Amino acid sequence: MKKLINDAETVVDEMLDGMVAAYPDSVRRLSDTQVLVRDDAPVDDKVAVVSGGGSGHEPTHAGYLGEGMLDGAAAGEVFTSPTADELEAMIEACDSGAGVLLVIKNYEGDVMNFETAGEMVEMEGTEVAEVVVNDDVAVEDSLYTSGRRGVCGTILVHKVAGAKAAEGASLDEVQRVAQKVVDNVGTMGMALTSCVTPEKGEPTFDLGEDEIELGIGIHGEPGVERTETMSADEVTDELTEAVLDDLELDPGQEVVTIVNGMGGTPQMELFVVNRRLQELLDERDIETWDAWVGDYMTSLDMAGCSITVCAVDEELKSLLDAPAETPAMTVR
Amino acid sequence: MSPQRDAGTAAVAAVENVAARIEAEREHLTDLDSAIGDADHGGNMARGWQAAADAVSDLEDPDIETVVKTAGKTLLSEVGGASGPLYGGSLVFASAELEDGLTAESAVAFAETYLEKVQDRGDASVGDKTMVDALVPAVHTFKKSVETDDLHPLEALAKAVAAAEHGVSFTVPIRAAKGRASYLGWRSVGHQDPGATSTLYIMEELLATAADHLDTDVPSADASSPTSPDAEATEE
Repeated sequence: MKKLINDAETVVDEMLDGMVAAYPDSVRRLSDTQVLVRDDAPVDDKVAVVSGGGSGHEPTHAGYLGEGMLDGAAAGEVFTSPTADELEAMIEACDSGAGVLLVIKNYEGDVMNFETAGEMVEMEGTEVAEVVVNDDVAVEDSLYTSGRRGVCGTILVHKVAGAKAAEGASLDEVQRVAQKVVDNVGTMGMALTSCVTPEKGEPTFDLGEDEIELGIGIHGEPGVERTETMSADEVTDELTEAVLDDLELDPGQEVVTIVNGMGGTPQMELFVVNRRLQELLDERDIETWDAWVGDYMTSLDMAGCSITVCAVDEELKSLLDAPAETPAMTVR
Repeated sequence: MSPQRDAGTAAVAAVENVAARIEAEREHLTDLDSAIGDADHGGNMARGWQAAADAVSDLEDPDIETVVKTAGKTLLSEVGGASGPLYGGSLVFASAELEDGLTAESAVAFAETYLEKVQDRGDASVGDKTMVDALVPAVHTFKKSVETDDLHPLEALAKAVAAAEHGVSFTVPIRAAKGRASYLGWRSVGHQDPGATSTLYIMEELLATAADHLDTDVPSADASSPTSPDAEATEE
């Protein structure tokens, strides 16, 4: 399989240098690590919001570094958790003394490395709190998790926590609003094709020419059902039903929706999905307050999408509306 | 050489011996992990322990706490995944128990803290088919042997290794409830857990190293210390 890389061994390292070169005024790399931080970190008197995870999900997480979102983003190897020592370096570099919120996607390696790092910095006197995002409604346990997987809903957590921290809120308050998102968000994804990791160079899983996988994870891990190809509307119906069944929203509830591309999906197709998603919500008398469409959390070159729905109240709306200035997301 | 310097030297030897053993068992561990995991345990552990051995052999006149902490930090960064925090992170935290050197008491405290950190992090109990199935009987046996039965730490460690061995056998017939193998459910039955297995190898090397050091330099002059320094390697 053709890839625009030099060497699978150095792809993450080279990507990070390229990102810094693209946004030299806003992000910098901590030396001898795969951690990027806001250029002005630590920001005085502000709670820091940090995240991280395996690479291959770009723009997650480093694309969300900047004012109103993340202070630090640690990049592991492709689909592999960052190590605790790198996370420790990130937390220390971002802490102004006001404390640090760790935003963790629910994968065993991620959770263990973040919590180990958190415990290590706590011994040095840094205050930390965590939220574990587990928005994937598709599967209860998976190859990489106990419990549900953390996927695209994480971006909403970055936005809300980052905005609350920018207001000067305490660590407890920042954690509270982040958890509010976690408690009110659901996501389900699907794949038309497998991703191809740089190391392996061939599809992670076999999907026939006329097959799709519903409930796919962001690492190509199995979903809930392999089925014959369906139309965009049929796929949208399946994903949306699963998410709404999980959320059990009341009529009139306001929501934010995300139609997220997995990396290899044309925007044209994402908009087609979004069109049907909004029809479905309308039929159920659920009010879309904001609809996001684009590549927010990808799975390398996988073709497919995920649908995220998050119930919002006045507080979450105002935090989602607050300014953000990052490479991948700008709100003014 | 002070007794604690001796303990540091013994700990360096222990890390080196563990590295050699894991390298020797690399394929076996990978085979075990292929059956119920993702086939990376042998490679990751071998790489991590070799790096740890390199790191501790570079230390100058280290005390035991420094050796254990350095090994743990190296495992954290080199092994990564879930095994880095479980094997390495727990070592880092437990090393604090050796701050005042190696005694029978600090060895027990070390073992208990190590177990506690593994269980906290992995949220696993006995019967989940994980490294905990080897560690729990080993640590409890070690503690009881030292505290209740008043055995020499080296004898206590030998009993702990035997207990860990039983724990490893116990992982074969049970169904995985934690870790990657839990995804397989009943299909995990009949396979020996790679984490419990590598934990046993580590303990066997600690015992062998401790025994070696006792043979060569039992510090009779330091007999006032509650326990021989060498018993230490125990602790990891």
